[in-house]
Amino acid sequence: MPVERYEGVRLGTTPEEIEEDVERGVLLTTLDRAIGWARKQSMWPATFGLACCAIEMMATGAGQYDLSRWGMEIFRASPRQADLLIVSGRVSQKMAPALRRIYDQMPDPKWVIAMGVCASAGGMFTNYAVIQGVDTIVPVDIYTPGCPPRPEMLMHGILALQKKVRTEEPFK
Amino acid sequence: MSVEEVAAAVAERYPDVVVARGEATVVIARDDLLEALAWLRDEPRLRMDALSSVTATHWPERDPAFWVDYELRSMPSPQRLRVKVGLAADDPSIPSVTGMFPTANWHERETYDFYGITFEGHPELTRIELPADWVGYPLRKDEPLGGVPTWYRDAKMPPIDQRGQA
Amino acid sequence: MRTTGHEPVAPFDPAGDVASGFRDPATGEYRQETMIINMGPQHPSTHGVLRLVLELDGETVIRCKPVIGYLHTGIEKNTEYRTWVQGVTYVTRADYVAPFFNELAYCLAVERLMGVEAPERAQIIRVLLCELNRITSHLVALATGGLELGAVSVMLYGLRERELIMDIFETITGLRMNHAYFRPGGVLMDLPEGAGRKIRDVLDVLPRRIDEYETLLNDNPIWRERNVGVAVLPAARCLELGVTGPVLRSAGVAADLRKDMPYAGYETYDFDVVTRAEGDAYARYRVRIDEMRQSLRIAEQALQRLLDVHGPVMIDDPKVGWPPKLSVGPDGIGNDPAYLEHIMEDSMEALIHHFKMVTQGVDVPPGEVYATVEAPRGELGLFVVSDGGHRPYRVHMRDPSFVNLQAVPDVIEGYLIADIIPAIASLDPVMGGVDR
Repeated sequence: MPVERYEGVRLGTTPEEIEEDVERGVLLTTLDRAIGWARKQSMWPATFGLACCAIEMMATGAGQYDLSRWGMEIFRASPRQADLLIVSGRVSQKMAPALRRIYDQMPDPKWVIAMGVCASAGGMFTNYAVIQGVDTIVPVDIYTPGCPPRPEMLMHGILALQKKVRTEEPFK
Repeated sequence: MSVEEVAAAVAERYPDVVVARGEATVVIARDDLLEALAWLRDEPRLRMDALSSVTATHWPERDPAFWVDYELRSMPSPQRLRVKVGLAADDPSIPSVTGMFPTANWHERETYDFYGITFEGHPELTRIELPADWVGYPLRKDEPLGGVPTWYRDAKMPPIDQRGQA
Repeated sequence: MRTTGHEPVAPFDPAGDVASGFRDPATGEYRQETMIINMGPQHPSTHGVLRLVLELDGETVIRCKPVIGYLHTGIEKNTEYRTWVQGVTYVTRADYVAPFFNELAYCLAVERLMGVEAPERAQIIRVLLCELNRITSHLVALATGGLELGAVSVMLYGLRERELIMDIFETITGLRMNHAYFRPGGVLMDLPEGAGRKIRDVLDVLPRRIDEYETLLNDNPIWRERNVGVAVLPAARCLELGVTGPVLRSAGVAADLRKDMPYAGYETYDFDVVTRAEGDAYARYRVRIDEMRQSLRIAEQALQRLLDVHGPVMIDDPKVGWPPKLSVGPDGIGNDPAYLEHIMEDSMEALIHHFKMVTQGVDVPPGEVYATVEAPRGELGLFVVSDGGHRPYRVHMRDPSFVNLQAVPDVIEGYLIADIIPAIASLDPVMGGVDR
């Protein structure tokens, strides 16, 4: 079941809509806005490539669809130095405790993108072996559909996450 | 050698050979398995010295219910042979061939993991794909596929093995 | 111990060592113990979700136990609940770096069960796409291997070349990965307009790019230092463990299923089987580079034939050929209007048949088949059992990475920890194929 974490903050698409939303739903001071901007500028993903989506994530980080345009080319090996977990691929029953442990090891603030349908909802594998949606284990901020999502789709998901980060209260 | 010649050579010793769709299959009793594989490997016309795969199929309404399948291959000459052994449902155990073919190690572990067929003499017969504390043997036909119902707005569909459609 | 900053600090108190058990008081020697550490499943350099339990003596690996199953998806059981054509979409996601090979092996198996053969143009398209996929798979192996060893530029170049070929895949099949383009009986659709030109352009560019890799890595002292003499697996041990593919060929055995047991028309193409003698990680790297060149050769020949051979790409048998007739309509792609008219207005049986084909798919006669192809990692075999219905009864994938990974203890034990990385990178496992 998707979790409503940010009541009233509906993210519009144009800058005017975003400003409207922000004024209506959330009060941000200049400092909060600055912190939000800084956080979104250099999110470091943790290496958590599992399956086919991992190959597309690598392609997104490579030369043609460059993730370093948004400060994300450094994939941190240690979760303790990362703040974004892109769960890319199907999560099996055996891997689920490892995923939870990696999530717990990440320091706050942290965000999770469920990349692909397998991470979002189990994908085409509605069976005994695959976790039906990674949001049963970790709280997910952005779900990107696709099998696998194109690099542009992943980038759209990352940009949506960045909008969310920029407009949320930093210290809740 | 052509498939028919391979089948004829095998049939001299193990007559239960079938040739279908360009492939030769021989059915062997469980007690003859190790001896048969050694003979197939050493027979100069056949030289089946490589094992490609070990797997199993579950036919619950037949007897024997479990059919273990060995895909043999000859590296010197391009020929293949399938060896099948039938196991009864209440006694799914079979000698392990890891002594002769070390490659069968993980294949047999996987077959045990999915079907519960024990391979006697295997150096380490534990679960390999599923978590170590998993209960049940999921690829058997009487085990469900698992999975959750699919929700979309107010429509709900059961998992695919319970949908009752074709 | 008090110091004023000018005197040397006293050495570490050895009595503490004895008290804590590290030092043997009689001999004065420090006790040696091995250390058991865990590497993975989340690790930047283990090529996917592979877990290695290592017993170390200092930096040397004494024993290693690989633990797999962290990507087990239940593909084999899932195919038993879907139709034969839907099976392609499941099987293609096993070895996700080389999806066309999974599809090819599955389609060959189902076609053999049905007793049909795909039309010639479909076979040429299959060979072309498979060889392009072999190139992308070896590029991923090279790129990730280089990245794990620290050669980040290799990763960027490898994925750049791969994007060129992904473009071709997207033009032809609609998807960059996991295409489900090969169907039992042929392929989904013919090549669109302009695909031939695109393939031609890429094939013209690739040879010099592969030269770039060789210039960058062949005589690179760091690359050689890390790869030469590392992860040696002699031919006899390879054969015992059932290892196939570039690993076996790097040990000197010229075993290639495209030559030994040809399929899909490979006997009519002109190419060489690449072997090396040393059997170490460097030899495997060279084998993969040379295999890419051979794949380019085959792709050239296939492209040439596509210009000459025209015809259907799916069998014309209505009980087999799926999907129903497609054509390029004014809005892109759609059902053939003549076909629609036929099923909606002319014939009730045709409508019922179309309905059955869409919901249930083809019916395959009962039997068992084991079809093999030479995947980029070795012998990929699909064991398919049918009970005569519209669903597979049992689909088992003999994945090359699963079998090749059994060689990990052999290839790692006795070497240093840092040698684990090039060792596994040279075996090139894809965990989706290992765990399925």
